[in-house]
Amino acid sequence: MTQTNGPASDQGAGHLTEPTSRQAGDSGEPFLVVEDLTVRFPTADGLVQAVSGLSYSIEQGSTLGIVGESGSGKSVSSLAVMGLHDAKRTQMSGSIRVGGTEVLGLSNDRMRRIRGREVAMIFQDPLTALHPFYKVGAQISEAYRAHHDVSKAKARAKAIEMLDRVGIPQARTRVDDYPHQFSGGMRQRAMIAMALVNDPSLLIADEPTTALDVTVQAQILDLLQELQKDFNSAIIIITHDLGVVAEMADDVMVMYGGRAVEYGRTREILVHPEMPYTWGLLASVPDVTADPDARLIPIQGNPPSLLRPPSGCAFHPRCPHTGKVPGDLCRTTLPELTRGEHGDEHLKRCHLPDPSAIYEQEILPEIAPDLVEMTVKDEFPAEVGTGLVEDSPSDDALPKER
Amino acid sequence: MTESEVAPASSAAGQAPESYESAEHQSAAPPRFDRHAEAILSVTDLKKYFPVKSSGLVRRTIGHVQAVDGVSFEVRKGSALGLVGESGCGKSTTGRLITRLYDPTAGSMMFQGKDLATLSHKAMTPMRKEVQMIFQDPYSSLNPRHTVGTIVGTPLRVHNVVPDKQVLGRVRELLEVVGLNPEHYNRYPNEFSGGQRQRIGIARALALQPKLLVADEPVSALDVSIQAQVVNLLRDVQQEFNIAFLFIAHDLAVVRHFCPEIAVMYLGKIVEIGDRESVYDHAHHPYTQALLSASPDVKQAAIGGRRERIRLEGDVPSPINPPSGCRFRTRCWLAQDICAKQEPPLLQIGKSHKVACHFASELNQTPPRPVTTGLLGVDDQGNHDAGSTPTTLSTNPGYDDEWYDLKSKSFVKA
Repeated sequence: MTQTNGPASDQGAGHLTEPTSRQAGDSGEPFLVVEDLTVRFPTADGLVQAVSGLSYSIEQGSTLGIVGESGSGKSVSSLAVMGLHDAKRTQMSGSIRVGGTEVLGLSNDRMRRIRGREVAMIFQDPLTALHPFYKVGAQISEAYRAHHDVSKAKARAKAIEMLDRVGIPQARTRVDDYPHQFSGGMRQRAMIAMALVNDPSLLIADEPTTALDVTVQAQILDLLQELQKDFNSAIIIITHDLGVVAEMADDVMVMYGGRAVEYGRTREILVHPEMPYTWGLLASVPDVTADPDARLIPIQGNPPSLLRPPSGCAFHPRCPHTGKVPGDLCRTTLPELTRGEHGDEHLKRCHLPDPSAIYEQEILPEIAPDLVEMTVKDEFPAEVGTGLVEDSPSDDALPKER
Repeated sequence: MTESEVAPASSAAGQAPESYESAEHQSAAPPRFDRHAEAILSVTDLKKYFPVKSSGLVRRTIGHVQAVDGVSFEVRKGSALGLVGESGCGKSTTGRLITRLYDPTAGSMMFQGKDLATLSHKAMTPMRKEVQMIFQDPYSSLNPRHTVGTIVGTPLRVHNVVPDKQVLGRVRELLEVVGLNPEHYNRYPNEFSGGQRQRIGIARALALQPKLLVADEPVSALDVSIQAQVVNLLRDVQQEFNIAFLFIAHDLAVVRHFCPEIAVMYLGKIVEIGDRESVYDHAHHPYTQALLSASPDVKQAAIGGRRERIRLEGDVPSPINPPSGCRFRTRCWLAQDICAKQEPPLLQIGKSHKVACHFASELNQTPPRPVTTGLLGVDDQGNHDAGSTPTTLSTNPGYDDEWYDLKSKSFVKA
């Protein structure tokens, strides 16, 4: 693998030579900017419109949650940021700028210098993402040596340091274990160690906890937040679990049928959702405090086919509110991503007039009757998804990791 | 089951062509927990040990994975028992033992007066009609080369429930019940989405009108928006056909929603069991408390609050060589000497609430001394106390009318 760097340096962006020499802050632009990204896969059956006109950005040190069900384009768009789509089999357009550098259409060779160094990714299933024939430590040091011209011994020491950092007990001996000797949670920790070994400025976590148990999920989410504080990286967390987003993300983007349908500050989206699909997501998840006698309110129907997406708004065949929109707009016209009723940073893709009123009067009483009053008066505490456990004072009474 | 028994139910399903749709708007109350209700399944001290073989030519047994190690519980008629726990805790193995996909190592499973654990395979066949299973993965649990009609119709043919000519009609009724288009009986599974496939699996399980359905993670492989559809469907069929459920899942919120009674498993043992309110609102086992605190909560986070989260360190230990005493002690923040020496009994501490912990208490109210010493005849460190004799504890898989009150440290009657 090509070495782009001189002596090892642990500093993030800005220390690379070509092609990513420009500091993220030079232009005042966020670290990652995705503009009008479109990803299509030609297949024997036709063109799969996996992602259409997607735009978002993320600043250093903040977290973006991307929520959606399978086939909503959330993983495909992130793989595009990593440059992991085969250019021969994918039609991509738009722009993806990482630290000011356009990465869409970048040659494999140059992409390799960014991948792992500037942008790293952790995957859903750590067992398949780790190579079963190589020792965990060897896989981490390889990732390090790909971007740093150091000896094997130094890289190994770095691997031990990282394993220790992510909370693997006895890292010095476990570094020589094979992935199958690790438990699921430890494998995911090792994946995180591998992703962070080059101190990337952006970490993409694709369903990082879906394959894990709840107690281990809590450990991994805590770890990600801790590491984010230490490394000041930006994190994109891709998930179908709004609970994870609520705890982790500063911003959230809800995707449906390859498009962003709602995008804004996490608190805004959770307290004042304005798009019926988001309402559906909120309503269909029971929580451990809800009334067990109440029926769950599912979203009827099935996710759309990306081969033949519905006309107009992709959600209209499943949307119970199309009748409230004058004319046949939902079926005929794709709604633009427009400003919501609560703040400039809240964007939604929906024709529905006065969505807040519908949410407060029809949806909220069904799913959280106890919150109606608070929502109408907007009496919520300003902070949401506080992040680390240490943030809440009452946690002092609880056991810390020993 | 005779044909005469089948007929009324099938006509009931036939009468309501929109049965699924109409059920969607029903607001019949879900089953309440009644500890005196008749148990349809009574499991006592069920064990399953899988042998671990050495490598090499002579594959000697060098140990056992104690997947399920002495669990006792009851499933009540038309009710639902939720079995929760992390992967490897033995919850799926328990489900597979009850359906006799595995043969138990020890223990009994009384179902309609017969012990499912000791029945021969031949004697088990008619019982399979009564106990059916829904699997987690709707992709691998349907044969891709069979049409939906074949998949749903096979149980009917195998058990000769209806004459061959009527199988198709019955299949169409079943598809209708689970909310699929009955005309799709000649399609293949790959033509359906994940949620629809799970409906096919449910139709197959319902075909024989079982009394007990073992649902092993029935919604965890589905998209969020589809999960609610399937949970509602399961609740509808439960009420319509009065089926008892053993509902195995790791998602505490879904289990709480579906099951009036919940058992929490850890490393092959039940650590806490009780009705919904006892387990969720008054959890007495530290593991249950940790599980509850770890599950993310959207609505709490939306209003800016969050529950205190207990961080458990490490992973579940190996079931080949489980910790001595209490199996949770290696990850428990309350653990003391007694926890390593004495295994805590599953002690009934309320009307319908049992817990296995030496320091059973609600969160942050840990008693200074172990609560079980008097019962086990040991001192606070878990050593045998010559002065006291152990009490013989009830082994009833259900709930007794007399239980150990933690406050007064004595047995009280209802």
